[in-house]
Amino acid sequence: MTAPATQFKAAARTLAADLRHRSLIQTALGKYEVKRDEMKARFQDWEGARQAAADIKFEAINHLDRYLEQFVARIEARGTKVHWASTAEEARQIIVGICRDRRARRIVKSKAMTAEEIHLNHALEQAGFKVVESDLGEFIVQLRDEAPYHIVFPAMHLTRGEIKDLFERKLGDAPSDNPEVLTMVARRVLRQEYVAADVGITGANFAVAETGMISVTENEGNARLTAALPRTMITLVGIEKIVPSLADLALFLPMLATAGAGQLLSGYNTLYGGPRQPGEADGPEEFHVVLLDNQRTALLADAEQRDALHCIRCGACLNVCPIFRNVGGQTYGTTYPGPIGSVITPHLRGLQEWKHLPFASSLCGACSEVCPVKIDLHHHLLQHRRTARAAKPVWWEKLAFRGFALLVNTPWLWRLSLALGRVGQKFHGLVKGTKLDPAYVWTQSREAPALAGQSFKAWWRERGRGTTDHGSTGRRTKDQGPGTKNQGSRVTSHESRIPEERPRRSDDGRHGA
Amino acid sequence: MSERNAILGRIREALRVAATRPGSHPTPPMSSAAAPTPASRDRAAGKSTDGFARWLPRVGAGFDELAAAFAAASKELRTDFHVLELEAGADILLGALRDAQGWQRVASHRDPLTTRVAESLGLPVLWTEGGYDPLELERCDVGITACDLLVAQTGSVLVTSASAGGRALSVLPPHHVVLARREQLVSDLPEAFRRLQEKYRQRYPSMISFITGPSRTGDIERILVLGAHGPKQLTVLVW
Repeated sequence: MTAPATQFKAAARTLAADLRHRSLIQTALGKYEVKRDEMKARFQDWEGARQAAADIKFEAINHLDRYLEQFVARIEARGTKVHWASTAEEARQIIVGICRDRRARRIVKSKAMTAEEIHLNHALEQAGFKVVESDLGEFIVQLRDEAPYHIVFPAMHLTRGEIKDLFERKLGDAPSDNPEVLTMVARRVLRQEYVAADVGITGANFAVAETGMISVTENEGNARLTAALPRTMITLVGIEKIVPSLADLALFLPMLATAGAGQLLSGYNTLYGGPRQPGEADGPEEFHVVLLDNQRTALLADAEQRDALHCIRCGACLNVCPIFRNVGGQTYGTTYPGPIGSVITPHLRGLQEWKHLPFASSLCGACSEVCPVKIDLHHHLLQHRRTARAAKPVWWEKLAFRGFALLVNTPWLWRLSLALGRVGQKFHGLVKGTKLDPAYVWTQSREAPALAGQSFKAWWRERGRGTTDHGSTGRRTKDQGPGTKNQGSRVTSHESRIPEERPRRSDDGRHGA
Repeated sequence: MSERNAILGRIREALRVAATRPGSHPTPPMSSAAAPTPASRDRAAGKSTDGFARWLPRVGAGFDELAAAFAAASKELRTDFHVLELEAGADILLGALRDAQGWQRVASHRDPLTTRVAESLGLPVLWTEGGYDPLELERCDVGITACDLLVAQTGSVLVTSASAGGRALSVLPPHHVVLARREQLVSDLPEAFRRLQEKYRQRYPSMISFITGPSRTGDIERILVLGAHGPKQLTVLVW
């Protein structure tokens, strides 16, 4: 097993059994679901909106070169400097370089998953800068020196008590565990940072090609302040964030808020098209936009899964995923957890090393159902499995499936194993769930279903003869056996299906004992 | 420049193969799949997509219905929204807020709506035109701004760096007061974007922001707290 897979399994086992974690996540997501459904219901046609959003992203991603060039030309015309980064390393170098050239000391940052993706804070700290996360959730996980739990709710795995202890330890200030009091502590600490910082770094939710603007969605106002007060502003944005026209945001902004947080619109949706313009009161003197590839073009080259680049990072698929809800966000060990993470991480970081993620799925399809841009997430998870196994077959799996094929194609063997199974399960209780149990891998955490007393085939045969009088199925055959004149419509419909059954019977005859 | 060419080259190479449309993969999702919708047809025909309004939440027409919708949204968002008969009503209302909250310093910008009202409070006013000291602005109790539009559908205030005294004035002071005329209240987001484009098409301000309620966070146990970083209070006055 690869190191990420071992880590995933171990962490998943612990967290799935952690009742405190479970109740915290279920409560938080329960509140989210209520609000999300309430907002969805306000749309005149949520499904129509999904289709329109999917169409727009399809158009943008499938003409990405054209829209990117348009975006760059328009935003540069307003005095913005655009940088292109093929890799995470290049993006880090560009941003560290800008901070060095400006002789910056303090940097204030608003939430950006792309920055998590390239481990930007680490690189900046290595280079000697002080970086402060200004989003409250990100600020909390930064103080704990850990990765965000969720792409929208970074600190949803922590209780107010834990946050109070953290503030006491790290900030020396936590009068109570009241969320409002704790928020005001963070507000006081961070206010100083906006004014003192030399550089502000943000991410972007959308990049508008038509007008050359980036769009930032937030609730707290921390990104607004990050983009208002420092002299230099840097925005790191993945190349897939493009939408063609400004008016597209009239659809995407409420959909992002509804799917992501159960709000009709987030608190602040802000477009930035350049540095401070002549005649404006404030704003940064310089505005840098760093366009990040970092394997996105590799995903683009996969025509089948290209729609994974439509993602607007709302987190809706995480919130409904039974795997995410049980194992938690940090278990994934990836920047992007949940279904979308399990689809894109193998592209971004290598399928063989991350193939355990698409296997950690029930394929229930809840993710595809809620995705506001209609990414076929569970299809992609299944396809990853196929690709992973085709490239690197697992011998015991192949052997097991060959054995299973032999078993189900050999009626006498099948009947024998059923007969043995019926006898064997009587004694299963003696060892069930212990290491002596041959089905231990299954039964250590699950119930083994009991075999039926009679197989369908045996029942069918007896019913055909009309002679059976045992088993729960006997009654109807006794009353209205086939061939009797007063048969009901149900039996007639059975009879009409009999010709389809015949080939199987003849098969049976050929192989059978 | 070379990175630019390298990335664009990889994109063009990748796009030589046509993509599978969402919903048309071999194992389609359970939701009913993709008949062409009005949006995709409009787009294919190169028409504009003003049709978004037909999917978004319904809004009424006429000032009274729009004001009622804005008021309902404000109630949920905890925005203080007041429709006034006369401009003088703003002086009275803000005078009462000044006394109740003990305002000492006011920040604002020069605008036909804001200048007189800000001065009427009888407090020192920090004007943001031509630049200001951020520490001074941080010490102000209230920021009074004009706006571009109010959006009834979402209870949003649309401000820009041109219309609202820069980037920080509407977000740094703990109380943001917005002054607007009746005709600035529009129905929905598509309409707001249309007006925005009409007004600024030639020259967009460097910042455009839809403010929807006071600053908020739910980052601690998903419990709503107002005033995370931006204003704890948002007051919108229309006359």
